[in-house]
Parts: sequence; C-alpha cells; structure tokens
Amino acid sequence: MIRFILRRTGSLFLLLVAVSFITFTLFQFGPADPASAACGQECTPERVQEARVALGMDQPFLVQYVDYMRGLISSRMIGAPGAESLCQWPCLGKSFQTNENVSDIIARSLPYTFSMAIGALVLWTLSGVGLGLLAALRKGSPTDKFIVGAASVGVSLPIPVTGLFLLLVFVNQFHLLPFTTNEINSPFGPQGPWAWVLNYLLPWIALAVLFSASYIRVTRTNMIETFGEDFIRTARAKGLAPRTVTFKHGVRAGITPVVTMLGMDIGLLLGGAVLTEQIFSVPGLGFTAVRAAISGDLPVTMAITMLAAFFVIVANVVVDLAYAAIDPRVRLQ
Amino acid sequence: MTQLQSPAEPGTASAAPSEVRPAEARSLLATAWLRIRRSKIALLSLCVVVAIMLFAILAPVLSAMSGNDPFTSNTSPEVLDDFETPGLPLPAYMYPSASHWLGVEPGLGRDLFARLAFGGQVSLTIALLSTAVSVVLGTVLGAAAGYFGGKTDAIISRLMDLFLAFPHLLLVLSLTPILQSRLRDTPLGQGSFLPMASLVIILGFFGWAYLARIVRGQVLSLREREFVEAARSFGSSHLSILFRQIIPNVMGVVLVYATMLIPTNISAEAALSFLGVGVKDPTPSWGQMLNAAQAGNWYLSDPWFLAVPGVMLIVTVLAFNLLGDAVRDALDPKASRH
Repeated sequence: MIRFILRRTGSLFLLLVAVSFITFTLFQFGPADPASAACGQECTPERVQEARVALGMDQPFLVQYVDYMRGLISSRMIGAPGAESLCQWPCLGKSFQTNENVSDIIARSLPYTFSMAIGALVLWTLSGVGLGLLAALRKGSPTDKFIVGAASVGVSLPIPVTGLFLLLVFVNQFHLLPFTTNEINSPFGPQGPWAWVLNYLLPWIALAVLFSASYIRVTRTNMIETFGEDFIRTARAKGLAPRTVTFKHGVRAGITPVVTMLGMDIGLLLGGAVLTEQIFSVPGLGFTAVRAAISGDLPVTMAITMLAAFFVIVANVVVDLAYAAIDPRVRLQ
Repeated sequence: MTQLQSPAEPGTASAAPSEVRPAEARSLLATAWLRIRRSKIALLSLCVVVAIMLFAILAPVLSAMSGNDPFTSNTSPEVLDDFETPGLPLPAYMYPSASHWLGVEPGLGRDLFARLAFGGQVSLTIALLSTAVSVVLGTVLGAAAGYFGGKTDAIISRLMDLFLAFPHLLLVLSLTPILQSRLRDTPLGQGSFLPMASLVIILGFFGWAYLARIVRGQVLSLREREFVEAARSFGSSHLSILFRQIIPNVMGVVLVYATMLIPTNISAEAALSFLGVGVKDPTPSWGQMLNAAQAGNWYLSDPWFLAVPGVMLIVTVLAFNLLGDAVRDALDPKASRH
C-alpha cells in the first residue's frame, strides 16, 4: 500500500510539473505579443520594451519558468530592475489590469467557487444516485422509462439556457428567490446559513440538472449489473431482507464507478463553474477567468488554469488512493 | 464483458439478426442504419438531425423566402418600442408573424428567423469541423500509440493524460483570445472567419484525447490478429498496415465517438460564444444569440428572444445525443451499458 501511495504521488508530482510547464508555455508564448497586452492602451515602443523587461521576457524561457515556479516556494521581487515590487508568497505574478497579486485575486474568488461546488455536489449526488437506484430497482417499469428519458433530456440541457430560464421564472416572474449577491460566500457569515442556501440555490439547481443526468445513467447501469451478480443471488437465497440486500450488498458494490465520477467532477468544479458563475454573477474562479480572458489579463488566466488542472489531477489521485484502500486488487496492477 | 456470454440479455438478443443467414460483410453505416431503423426514438432523432442540417444549409434560401436577412436592422418606432422599454419589439413584431417568421430581435430589430438559420450554419460548421479535427487527430495518434507501442505509445499516452487533466472549458476559454491574436494577420483571421477558425482549431485540438485512448485500446488487440500478421508477412510497410488494415477496423468506435462529440462541440460553441470569446455580433450563432439575450437583460422583458435559440440548441443537442446513443448501441455493444 505504501509503495502504491508513493508511486501515485510521484507520478502526481511529475504530472503537476508537466501541466504547469505546458500552461506556462501556452500562455507565455501563445499570444502574439503579451508585452503590449501588459502595457495597456497607450503604448509606445519604449513602453512595450519596458513591459518586456518587467515581465522578464528578455530572459531565456527556462529562466522565466523557474522564476515563476519559485514564487510558489517563497516571496520574490517582480518587475523591471529599479522598479521592483514585492510579490508575497505564494506568488503567481501580478494582474496586468489592476497590478494586484494574482494569489490575492484567487484567494478572494475561492470561497464563492467552494460555495457553488458544495451545494451543487450534494444536490446532484443525492438526486442522481437516488433516481438511478430507483430506476434500477424498477427496471422496465414506467418509472424507469420516465427517469431514463428525463436523464437523456437533462444531459442535453445547456447551462446558459437552463440558468437564464431559472432566473427568468424564479427571480423575475415569481420573485421566489433573491438574485445572487456577492455579499454571501459562506454559510457561517453574518447572514446565516439559510441566506447562503437561498442565495446559491438556483446556481446549484442549474448545475445539478446537468450533472445528475449522467449520474442517473451510470448508477442505473451499474446497479442493474450488480443486481444480476451471483453474490446478490446468494444474499437473497440466504433469506436476507430485500432492503439489506439492496443497500448493504448491492449499493456498496455498485456505487464504485460513481465514486470515480464524483472525484473527477469535484476536481473540475473546484476550478470554477465557468458558465454558471457567469450567468448568476457569482465572482468565483470561473467568473474571474472569463473576465481575465476577455481583457487579456494573462497572469490571472494562466494561474487559474494551472490551479484548475491541479485540482483535477489531485482529485484523480485521491480517487485512486480511495479505490486502493477499498479494493486490494487495484494495488497489484 | 460478461454480458456477451450471458444468453438471456435482452439488449444483445434483439441485436442479433432475426432470420438466419450466412454471415455477410455489411458496411458500418449499413449496420448502424439497420439498428436505427428498429428504434422509433433513433429514427425520430435522425429525422430531426437531418431537418436541422437542411435548415442550416438552406439558410440563404429560407430567409430569402421570408423576405429578410440576418443583418439588416430596423429600429423604426413602428417595430421597436420607443417609450416604456426603449428597444423592446412591439407585440406585433416580438412574436412570429407573416413578415417575420420568428419575430425580431430587441435592440436592433433584426429578423430572428434569418439569424437562427444563419446562426445554425455557423454553429454546426464549427461543431462538425472541430469534431473532424479531433477525430482525425484521435484516430491517427491513438492507432499509432497502440500499433507501435514502446516509446511512441509512452509519449502519446502521456500526452493523452495531460490533455485529459486540463479543465477543458477553462483552457479553451482562455486560449481562444490568445489564438485569435495569432491568427489575426493570417488568411484564416479575416473578418467573421477569425472566431470560426479559432474555435475549430481550439475545440478540435483539445477534443482528441478521449477518442485516442479508446482507439489505442482497440488497436492493442487488433495488431495481434491474423490479418495484420498476414499483411506484415507480405511485406507491407508499417504505414500501409496502419492505414489499410488497422484504422479501417476501428472505424466503428470512431463513428460512435464522433457522433457523441458533435453535440459536445455544439454546446461548447454555444458556451464560448455565450461567454463572449467565440462568435461575436454581427455574425450570428446560437451561442451568440444566447449572449445577446443575456446582454442588457433582454431575456427578462422578451423571454421569446431567449426561447428561440435556447429551444433550438436543446433540440439539436438532444437529437444528436439520442442518435449517438443509437449508433453506439448498434456498433459498440460493449459500451452500450453506460
């Protein structure tokens, strides 16, 4: 087990380095001219040159990359020689737009993204797994057909359409819910947990509709498969109560693929629910990334992309480790 | 896997031909068609897909028939409200009528039907071309990884891992403006071509990894088969074996994943244009129309303006998804359980 963990964390580290390197290359060498993006509207050739020096772009590429990564270990000075400023640890560069530390911008966005992710996650896991299980238990019945049909439709609903529709109906037409505000980003704030729930309920539903559809499908197929296996027949033959067979034996065995999906989706969602945050004006990572992408604020988009990729990779490894803990066969591969 | 051996599985039983005939080579599309013909939902979704394609292809004809084009704006006070909510179409123009089949846009008063049809052209072109790019990349790279093995496999497989690790939408979103800054001075970057070309390149380039992984898995077992050995013993070159023997044999899986990639790319185009980094006004696309509906909160006073592109998008994605499910059930019975 320990060897397995070491091997997985080792490859995790390599993958993280590769991802950061590729992201850095894409963003530093992708744009036709990052220096003029950095110096803004009124640009003279001299100022572009200054910006180039300030960004360290006169340095060889590897030096730039190592410099950037050094910011993750300690604070460093940033900017042109003579006009340097301190970039506090963890340093991810400074915004072209506001000259703010990118890490501060990210830290400010994270609570919103967490708030979005947690509720949506709970909502879609409960509804997805619950409905999938119900469909599997009533396989072939009208209930099953309805759930499967609803899942097919749900997976085809684009978030911009559902999100705007929810806003139109629940906020604008019937005034059932408030429009999301930036003031609430945690259930422990002064407004209390209930205001937090109400504030994020619509974005949660918009995300959950899309995600739970695929959870319904996966849960249903896996549960049907598991219910057909020998150990379930054995459990039934032993005369165990149907409820015990379903939940203690069936669900435990059939739920593993859902755990995998969950891990990957958590990773994905922590990187920011780009569309949902945009629609509901929740200033999380995704929202910030869109703003930065449109205004050409490279340090911000680069850092958020890197961070999001980190979340995905780490989530994958955590899923692997959880698997290995549950199922000894995994470790041997 | 075990399902193939169990005889009493209804799903596979219906897939077997009803009358017993000697095995006969059938083309992929013929196999898929045989299966699709049996299911009402699959047949219906195929019809819808064909209808939507025709709608987009015939956009110039259809909008000429309706007497409108997607770019002419009409802000005269007979069409758009001038008092209470400036820019809102008057009821006679907001909803379908003989002169404007789907009403007009708030703000600029352009014909919605023409924009929907031409927008469909743009959205579907982007989705189909980017799918083609992904499919070619995924098939060739996946087949090469599986066939050559060793270092080639190691490099391509690590690349796949990397591409799958990146959060897709976020990366595509932030790289699109960057790519556009590169393309601006090339022949591809002229006018309304720029957003289309950049979306095709970006969506195509970041969509190949999943297909490549599947193709690689298939090729791993294919390359040990007798017909490949036979080709090798005749002295065929690696490239000839790869393109003449291996790749034709994975086309089934490729077709399945291509069908499923199309709705993903339609949604991606809609998402990016909605976010304001894809297709931009005045060029219409379904995502751009959603963006216009949200901009200035028009959808609140004119929900019809949101419904037109929204319903079109849902119907299209749904039809392609259902068709994809049917093609998968027909060609790839092992995968039909997900």
